[in-house]
Amino acid sequence: MRALPLSPPRALSWLAAILPLAFGALRRNRLRSLLTSLGVIIGVGALIVTVASGQGSSAVLDEQLATLGTNLLVVLPGSSTLGGARGGPGSGRPLTYADLLAIRKGANAARYAAPVDRTVTQVVLDNQNWLTTIQGSTPDFFAIRQWSLARGRFYNDSESDSGAKVCVLGQTVAQQLFGAGEPLGQVVRVKSMPCEVVGVLAAKGQSSQGQDQDDLVVMPWVTFKSRMLSQDRIHVGSILVSARSPDEVSHAQTQVTGILRQQHRLSDAALDDFTVRNLADLAETQEKAADTQTSMLRNVAAVSLLVGGIGIMNIMLVSVTERTREIGIRLAIGASESQVMIQFLVEAVVLSATGGLIGIALGIGGALAIASVMGWPFVLGPFWICAAFGVSMAIGVIFGFYPARKAALMSPIDALRFE
Amino acid sequence: MTSEALIQLTRVGKTYQAGEVAVPALVGVDLTIAGGEMVAIMGPSGSGKSTLMNILGCLDRPTSGSYRFEGREVSALDRAELAALRLGAFGFVFQGFQLIPRTSALDNVALPLVYAGVPAQQRQARARAALARVGLQGREGHTPAQLSGGQQQRVAIARALVNGPRVILADEPTGALDSRASMGVLALLQSLRETAVTIVVVTHDAEIAAYTERRLVVRDGRMLEDRRQMPRGAAADLAALPEQAA
Repeated sequence: MRALPLSPPRALSWLAAILPLAFGALRRNRLRSLLTSLGVIIGVGALIVTVASGQGSSAVLDEQLATLGTNLLVVLPGSSTLGGARGGPGSGRPLTYADLLAIRKGANAARYAAPVDRTVTQVVLDNQNWLTTIQGSTPDFFAIRQWSLARGRFYNDSESDSGAKVCVLGQTVAQQLFGAGEPLGQVVRVKSMPCEVVGVLAAKGQSSQGQDQDDLVVMPWVTFKSRMLSQDRIHVGSILVSARSPDEVSHAQTQVTGILRQQHRLSDAALDDFTVRNLADLAETQEKAADTQTSMLRNVAAVSLLVGGIGIMNIMLVSVTERTREIGIRLAIGASESQVMIQFLVEAVVLSATGGLIGIALGIGGALAIASVMGWPFVLGPFWICAAFGVSMAIGVIFGFYPARKAALMSPIDALRFE
Repeated sequence: MTSEALIQLTRVGKTYQAGEVAVPALVGVDLTIAGGEMVAIMGPSGSGKSTLMNILGCLDRPTSGSYRFEGREVSALDRAELAALRLGAFGFVFQGFQLIPRTSALDNVALPLVYAGVPAQQRQARARAALARVGLQGREGHTPAQLSGGQQQRVAIARALVNGPRVILADEPTGALDSRASMGVLALLQSLRETAVTIVVVTHDAEIAAYTERRLVVRDGRMLEDRRQMPRGAAADLAALPEQAA
């Protein structure tokens, strides 16, 4: 008499015989099986939605960060420390046009540097008016922010330096003031200054925070400083810098920091009195915000999976008790402990994995719906589908283990007598 | 060597522990059964005959004494080894048929082959052959609920036979059957003797025991009687029964 275990091909043929048994047992109790799987269905569904939403929103984030302009550095006045005691940007020493010139001259990892000042005011055309952001900058601004034109042209260097009364409108402003009309060559009034429209920017759409990026008017920095703010041309609100390549962003950041420390005559011990931010920092902040949103759903998924697992354990225990006689028969005719155990484990796994498949389908449906409402692309790698399926199978194994063991360790005599 | 007993029990005892009290179910049973015998174990309920059958069939282990099966000591085997022995050497027939519900006759009969890891096609063929052997060809797809008691017991006998066992243990095989079906089952069991399989029938009924060639009587856990006899022929008695109204 040869003892078990079976050789691999025999074990395989045995598994092939056991699988339909599991499906049959679950099909007989269809409603019960469905209700039992509900926890796993919800858990896996929530998991899929979480992952897909996270990936979708970060894809949008990446895209929108790219529209901000690649290789972008933003120089802001004030300390880099965000503590309340330090006052935050703007409360300290302002940036100057001389700082800008020093960066242009000294930072060879930077391709462009442009001053940016802004204000919010009314733009008027005849009896139309529109409240919008006015930005003053040099023509490099368009290159740094990667704006392209829908029509017309950007203002040129000589217009910029001489303080010409010209401006470029964002799509939204052009729409609001001119509708279907032709804005080029028209004169709008910005803070009572007449200003000729020379170009209209191509649309960029919403930013990741939901701001309309096309709601702006751009004019030469000199014009802006003297006519909008009635200020000298010494101080600069902020400076935009673009590095020569993505690889050179951190190099450019170091250079800009060094140049500004020199400009501001800071001793080695002194903290920076300005901030140089790159997009990686920005992306990190935004991803953290997105993370908090999905962590709720992730907890729902974890709790549902736990509850689902307990439900499966419960129903498997019920099933083992109901089928005590059947287990006794199987043991009496020679099934080994491990064969009975595997039969019930397979049943638990089939139960949880079926729930997993339904959950994946519902999760994909939910994620598609969310993506279409939020205007995200639907992103879900096959890895995550496999992982979700794996998780549901694992739940069957983990929570099916105890009931299956209970079945396997029954005494055949007592089990056969069970009424 | 040819006279080597198939089953040899030497002073086998079995004591159940019911709380603080030890309840002896078998006391010092000596028993030798040779290959190919048809034996009845008789006794009233509570006599220990079922315990004896469970030990013979490796469903249970004795608490004392020795059980040699085909010369091999089996009283100390672990659960897995006992399961393997049940799978290969024993076939069981129970009073309540003990078929798996909602499962076809063919699948019920094929079950031991599943656990033995026999490939699906062979399984089917051998299960069909076993069903044909018990006269149930054409009923392969019927579930237990669609079969009469006599037919269900035939399915159980086919299941006991399918693995080619050395011993068939039948515990009150006719207990749930009318006289005609009982006679049919007994005739079938008698006919199996031509395959040299050893048959042990456990019963409380002397009439049933009369169809075997050796009668053992157990009472209060002890072997009272071990007597050889001329068996009645079940096939002849079946033929002599009056035709039943359909």
